[in-house]
Amino acid sequence: MIDSSRIPKIPSFSLPALIARIGTRLPQFPHSVNLALALNAAKRLGVLPEETLEQIEDKRFRVTVLDTGMVADFTYRGGAFRPLWNTAGMPDLQFAAPLAAYLQMVSRQEDPDTLFFNRTLSIEGDTELGLRVKNMLDALEWPQLSWQGLRPTFLAKG
Amino acid sequence: MAKPQLVCPAGSLAALKAAVDNGADDVYLGFRNDTNARNFAGLNFDDKSLAEGVRYAHQRGRKVLAAINTYAQAGRFADWTRSVDRASALGIDAVIIADPAVLDYAAQTHPGLRRHLSVQASATSYEAINFCREKFGIQRAVLPRVLTLAQVENVIRNTEVEIEVFGFGSLCVMNEGRCWLSSYATGESPNTVGACSPAKFVQWEKKPTEMDVRLNGILIDRYGNDENAGYPTICKGRFEVAGETYYAMEEPASLNVLEMLPEIIRIGVAAIKVEGRQRSPTYVAQVTRNLRQALDAAFAAPEKFSVKPAWAAELGKVAEGSQITLGAYNRPWR
Repeated sequence: MIDSSRIPKIPSFSLPALIARIGTRLPQFPHSVNLALALNAAKRLGVLPEETLEQIEDKRFRVTVLDTGMVADFTYRGGAFRPLWNTAGMPDLQFAAPLAAYLQMVSRQEDPDTLFFNRTLSIEGDTELGLRVKNMLDALEWPQLSWQGLRPTFLAKG
Repeated sequence: MAKPQLVCPAGSLAALKAAVDNGADDVYLGFRNDTNARNFAGLNFDDKSLAEGVRYAHQRGRKVLAAINTYAQAGRFADWTRSVDRASALGIDAVIIADPAVLDYAAQTHPGLRRHLSVQASATSYEAINFCREKFGIQRAVLPRVLTLAQVENVIRNTEVEIEVFGFGSLCVMNEGRCWLSSYATGESPNTVGACSPAKFVQWEKKPTEMDVRLNGILIDRYGNDENAGYPTICKGRFEVAGETYYAMEEPASLNVLEMLPEIIRIGVAAIKVEGRQRSPTYVAQVTRNLRQALDAAFAAPEKFSVKPAWAAELGKVAEGSQITLGAYNRPWR
């Protein structure tokens, strides 16, 4: 499990609007590829429960990072997460939030329901699917990571 | 005077570990089926995760309680008795039950397994609690959130059953175990399927200037972009009544008893419960950590106790609707 006490506190920052304006004009497919790769890596680590993965087969997901303008579209099919070329039409489930909120959730510094209540995180689409995915992410037990171990040597010495 | 046990929720193994690591005395959880009142997709425990959770808690001297607190449905009584059997086989320390028939089964079949009366049993008087003690040998009762602190004290004075009260978490109309509002809109409710406003009936619809939430097509609230949202339950919706639109039943808010802790300890409450098995390990860690510190401080020096701003700020942040209340505990009227 991530030991959030060992990760620096992530403030609720918002990137300048210019970044999102530029970001939305850039090709989005690389983001979809990157996210699918990361999710497949998590799957290989065995942290994603097979039971939930079976239930998201063929569902279309969209993750939007509001203040970078990044949009990633992907699906889960045949045992792997796959980026989607064709992003026309509504996905089954979409998450939208600023970068800080995603970082706070991943590092277990903020609770997704809290971010949803205070309108920082928006979840649209199939609510039951959203709850299933949220509960899967909540239940994940990551291998123990040490932030100290991730710091470059010159910082650790300082 | 004993220090009340701190009873914290877990919807996953990660949440159970967060509760234990942050100072919970007891952790309560449910099986992955409709025998518990938080039967949501992807939540709760299978036998493997439960066995690991029990091991983790017991190694650290904590207890694990299993909520089997919905009402057995006609023709499916065996599903509830099976859950009681599983709890016993997996080394659970106590079962939290509402249905008298399930309580009776547990008492007859597993007399050595502690039995707690769930809040869903809606027992608000010492007569009801003593009846359950006499018939089913309950050792603890969880009180519905409708009593004032003076009424809680009166119950405690008139029963030998340990009394558990809620200390933090989302509130609803508190007609616990008797609420059918969700069924009026969806045909399903906590008593029948273990979930209020089941997710398959909920639609959040974001528009440029507002967000609508519908339950099975019925509009239950419309939030402006700068308004906090709450859980999509009918009791916390805004409705048009006599030409005005407002929270006609209940505002979205969370109970928070921090400032009453010395009184709660003084009147002899045995356990303080945190709501929120549907919430993340982050919430469990935040709430458990703050209540642990506050409870220890209130017990060590009740006369000097004051609520630290840091506790209030962190608990206020995770509260539903970002609002907190003392609920019924300090209502002047009866």
